[in-house]
Amino acid sequence: MTFDLQTWINVAALTGGGLAMGFGAIGAAIGEGYTAAEANAALARDPKNSGSIFKSMLVGQAIAESASIFALVVAMILLFSDFKGTSFTTVSALLAAGLAMGFGAVGSGVGSGLPAGEACKGMARQPAMSAKLTTNMLIGSAVCQTPSIFSLVTAFILIFSDFSASPVNPTWAAVLGAGLASGLAAIGSGIGGGIVAKASCEGIARQPSSATPVTNIMLLGQAITQTPAILGLLVAFILVFKQFEATQAFAPPMALVAAGLCMGIGAIGPGIGEGIASSGGVKWVARNPSFAGELTRTMLVGMAVAESTAIYSMVIALVLIFVV
Amino acid sequence: MAIEGADLVKAAAFLGAGLSMGLGAIGPGVGEGMAAAKACEAIGGNPKEAGLLTRTMLVGQAVSESTGIYSLVIALLLLFVVN
Repeated sequence: MTFDLQTWINVAALTGGGLAMGFGAIGAAIGEGYTAAEANAALARDPKNSGSIFKSMLVGQAIAESASIFALVVAMILLFSDFKGTSFTTVSALLAAGLAMGFGAVGSGVGSGLPAGEACKGMARQPAMSAKLTTNMLIGSAVCQTPSIFSLVTAFILIFSDFSASPVNPTWAAVLGAGLASGLAAIGSGIGGGIVAKASCEGIARQPSSATPVTNIMLLGQAITQTPAILGLLVAFILVFKQFEATQAFAPPMALVAAGLCMGIGAIGPGIGEGIASSGGVKWVARNPSFAGELTRTMLVGMAVAESTAIYSMVIALVLIFVV
Repeated sequence: MAIEGADLVKAAAFLGAGLSMGLGAIGPGVGEGMAAAKACEAIGGNPKEAGLLTRTMLVGQAVSESTGIYSLVIALLLLFVVN
């Protein structure tokens, strides 16, 4: 039984759409569930403040939802567009686009739910700080969305680029690797950014007087927590835009898939770890703002060390792309 | 395309290198983050000992980094030595 190219392209588009929405639904659902659970706990503690807690829960959930809405958009495009391709690279690119967006939405969904839940809890603890908590939650959750936006960009590039000028082997593997690198790398940074933002909402609720330094150090921590996702995006761009020489062998394409997997999986741990490191710094700047200097220094040193394995992964990925 | 034995072995070595470094990077990343978080907590509680605490944090992180370095070594062996 053999199928023509157009059949395989349709198969890849439909499978990619399913993968994008299936994986993309995981993170947002977990994050929103966490927010709702914390909101209920907060309401039990302070039922009189139910209006602002309920509002904060809904706003936080709406932001956490956006990652899965990106996945829905990509899935819809994959399902309803009429893709015409000239080579099997298109098959691989459509599948990779679905994987990139599906994996990429997991981290941001989980991450955005964490500060929203903590903000609800904080409103029950300190009703007077509701406005500051909402602002801080919105900033923190918005930053958590950036890894999924990187994945969305990669997915769009994979869907709308024309790969017909490139040799099929190994370009099919390069685009698959690009999708995996960008999608998987976004998981860690999304969750890590959420852990930082959660700690800052808790800190503002416990120590309202240190709201400003806490928001500042949260942004610093979140920015560094994004770096593993940015490394993943970088490797994905190299894989998409580099012209590879045509080959008949099997090893060169596998090297490119391995480069994507290496960078993508390797960025998960550092992303989460940097989030944990930064949450420690944020929590204690809230309690002890006069020692913000010492705390920021140790936090940055610790985050730099946690970043190192992501950099090893990038080195191995670049060796796989450029050297072997 | 026709796949020969040597080609397949090389492909497996490349895939193995990518998986070795990728999966091997997860644990040290998370573990070193926990060490740094606790160091910040301890400095917050006892800022006078910031130097000692940062030093201990770095030693602990260096030890938990070791498995990441093992992964790097194995990945480099797979890429440049074995095949």
